[in-house]
Amino acid sequence: MKTGVLQFPGSCDEIDALQAVRRVGDAVLLWHRDRDLQDVDAIIVPGGFSYGDYLRVGAIARFSPVMESVLEFAADGGLVLGICNGFQVLCEAGLLPGALLPNTSLRFVSRQVELEVVTADTPFTSACSPGRRLSIPAKHTTGRFWAPEEQLDALEAGGQVVLRYAEGHCFNGSARNIAGVCNESGNVMGLMPHPEHAVDGLVGGSADGLKLLESMARTVGARVAA
Amino acid sequence: MGPEDRPVVRARVLIRPKSGILDPQGIAVQRALPALGFTGVSNVHVGRLVELDVEDPAQLDDMCRRLLANPLIEDYEIVAS
Repeated sequence: MKTGVLQFPGSCDEIDALQAVRRVGDAVLLWHRDRDLQDVDAIIVPGGFSYGDYLRVGAIARFSPVMESVLEFAADGGLVLGICNGFQVLCEAGLLPGALLPNTSLRFVSRQVELEVVTADTPFTSACSPGRRLSIPAKHTTGRFWAPEEQLDALEAGGQVVLRYAEGHCFNGSARNIAGVCNESGNVMGLMPHPEHAVDGLVGGSADGLKLLESMARTVGARVAA
Repeated sequence: MGPEDRPVVRARVLIRPKSGILDPQGIAVQRALPALGFTGVSNVHVGRLVELDVEDPAQLDDMCRRLLANPLIEDYEIVAS
């Protein structure tokens, strides 16, 4: 799997994402002005504060040249994973449902959280069994997932709620403890916690983040073989 | 006539969180006011103000829907003078 990691002015987790995904394949950085996605098999929209998060988190990054190519890539079924600010960008771009609002505490929170895999048959969680717990760090001020009630019902019914904060771990006030969602066709996913920071037990609290990246590599491998 | 001389309309766009969505900033302000002796204040909400000069005010609504506000979570109000 060759993964393209986007880099916007104000991104700050793109190098961790690059290093993390290199554990399961090749990876390149894609600058926000690039339109050429260099034949990658997957895209990671990393965390940070793209374009300073001016106006609204993720609002300006969605109009960057690289995002135009990512929209086409996603429409063709390409795998796109948005992490933290990347999740916010994908929601603003309309690739994912809902929106991210300020944490109910209005505070920046950085802590290790326990996540529960709700839907395991996605390209991002196929290496996990349903109900598996993942220990991954989260760090954000604007991570309260919100969508209208009827949309939340539809997301749950359609298996689009991929990850939930385990009981006692939802510090940001997200609706129904949702930590990660995917689009209807399952090829675009976003989550607030940072799997790219949890790829080495020595420094990431666990290596559970690799499970998501391994799932993506497995999906891409199966596609190539088919 | 240079581009800077074209007639423009001064517009203000008021953006506020949709009612029904928890607004922790509004709550924080509402709780702070009584500490200063202000009583009888309710329904406090904190939003954004965008001021802009536009040549074509007819575009404002589209600007709001596509960039200035996120219609899923925010209401906007255009005040053109």
